[in-house]
Amino acid sequence: MALNTAQSKEAGRVPLPINSRKDTWWIKPLLVFLGLSTFGIYATWRAFENRYYSWGPYLSPFYSPFLVIHIGHFAISPALLILPFPLIFRMTCYYYRGAYYRAFFWDPPACAVEEPAARKQYTGESRFPFTIQNLHRFAFYIAVIFIAILAADAIIAFDFNGHFGMGLGTLIMVVNVLLLSFYTFSCHSFRHLIGGALNCYSCSRSGKTRFRIWQRISLANERHMLFAWLSLFTVGFTDLYIRLVSAGIIHDVRFF
Amino acid sequence: MDKVILKVFRGDSNGGTEQDYEVPTFEGMVVLDAIHYIQINLDSTLACRWNCKAAKCGSCSAEINGVPRLMCKTHVSDMAANGRPIVVHPLKTFPVIRDLVTDVSWNYRNSEKIKPLQLAPDAPKPLVMQQMDVDRIQEFRKCIECFLCQTVCHILRNHNVKEQFYGPRQLIKLANLDMHPYDALDRREMIRKEAGVGFCNITKCCTEVCPEHIHITDNGIIPLKERVADEYFDPIQHLIRKLSGADKKKK
Ligand code: SF4
Ligand code: SF4
Ligand code: FES
Ligand code: FES
Repeated sequence: MALNTAQSKEAGRVPLPINSRKDTWWIKPLLVFLGLSTFGIYATWRAFENRYYSWGPYLSPFYSPFLVIHIGHFAISPALLILPFPLIFRMTCYYYRGAYYRAFFWDPPACAVEEPAARKQYTGESRFPFTIQNLHRFAFYIAVIFIAILAADAIIAFDFNGHFGMGLGTLIMVVNVLLLSFYTFSCHSFRHLIGGALNCYSCSRSGKTRFRIWQRISLANERHMLFAWLSLFTVGFTDLYIRLVSAGIIHDVRFF
Repeated sequence: MDKVILKVFRGDSNGGTEQDYEVPTFEGMVVLDAIHYIQINLDSTLACRWNCKAAKCGSCSAEINGVPRLMCKTHVSDMAANGRPIVVHPLKTFPVIRDLVTDVSWNYRNSEKIKPLQLAPDAPKPLVMQQMDVDRIQEFRKCIECFLCQTVCHILRNHNVKEQFYGPRQLIKLANLDMHPYDALDRREMIRKEAGVGFCNITKCCTEVCPEHIHITDNGIIPLKERVADEYFDPIQHLIRKLSGADKKKK
């Protein structure tokens, strides 16, 4: 059986099909596809719903900061104004980039697997519009502002009509902002800005300090993918919980 | 399992076939052992490249069950699960010479284009370096030039844009130099243009296959992309550099 049937884009290459993997390589891109699509559909629906976003001291992270802009009689959902920022942050995140290039663009769907459509010319992130990915650091700066706002929301969530209290919603909001912080501060751009850009750490006192911070951030950065998924889940779950309580479908559990 | 079937590619760039060989197994057997068994007992004309059998020379790279791996580090028992045959192909990204031997000289030609370390005039003499300054680049120096990362990288493998992209191995070589505390050259232009770091879409297959477990993407390529962004995509940093008259090459 002659095998010289498949690709040979370059003279002299092995006359064999590129993909001879027989394992379940497709599971990972499928899970990523389902995970991101589910979140995308849920978040879009919630952004347009424009109600059930708060209850007692709780405010959904999709609707914070709560800015209402009116055009004539029509009030634009605050979520529509807010969600683009976290969306851009995640879209330009190094982890998510790799994940959606695989799961959505199939470029490649998995390692050592043939790509479905042979593109005429591959340029990766070297040509517009993908060069925009290089601006990820600016999305990071904005994300830090959002962390501060969500932290303030989590603190307010302890204030039940002037009494210090705590409900399940409070706990969920606190956990959410913590995981979002881990995700945000394990960012590759932050790791670079805080110390990665330096070549000689020992050359100055500030360099030594930056080295120590860089080491810590690097440890967190190794788990960036984990934080990316956990925080995506908690931010959606926080919104869902507040929506259910606000719509009267479930009751908040009050601890004290 | 006391026997295993190996399906080995036999041929050259003009064509070839997958040939079946039945090989007796033993505890701890690696794929390279099976290839040696074939050479000694079944067919002495089978060509393969190897040297150390200790995952240190980087010569025995092949594609086993469709995934680039070192033959000397891959256990037969892991590959032949459920009695399935083990498929052994040569690296698919590079021209095949014969059987399992490919011509990887393209990698060496690119390597030569990268200027070696140029010591900065203010480097201490004798050159004593602090551990904190070399921690990061030591990881890149573990590379054994097996080129598994090069063969798996879809830019070279599927898109075949070898004129514009040097591949992950050369990018970590550049990272090793650019992050060196006493290298005098500013390599960002080369990293962006000739080496084509922008082509990488950080899908991390290089990291997945690296037998030295180098975090090629996270610790090498992404930091290089950030360094390129400092230089070409960050107007704020550009302004600060202009105003402070800072040297292009950061310390
Ligand atoms: S991460 Fe970049 S260099 Fe590595 S295999 Fe993927 S595209 Fe190639
Ligand atoms: S970086 Fe890893 S996979 Fe690439 S050539 Fe070096 S050792 Fe091999
Ligand atoms: S790299 Fe993921 S948030 Fe910056
Ligand atoms: S024979 Fe040296 S790496 Fe396998």
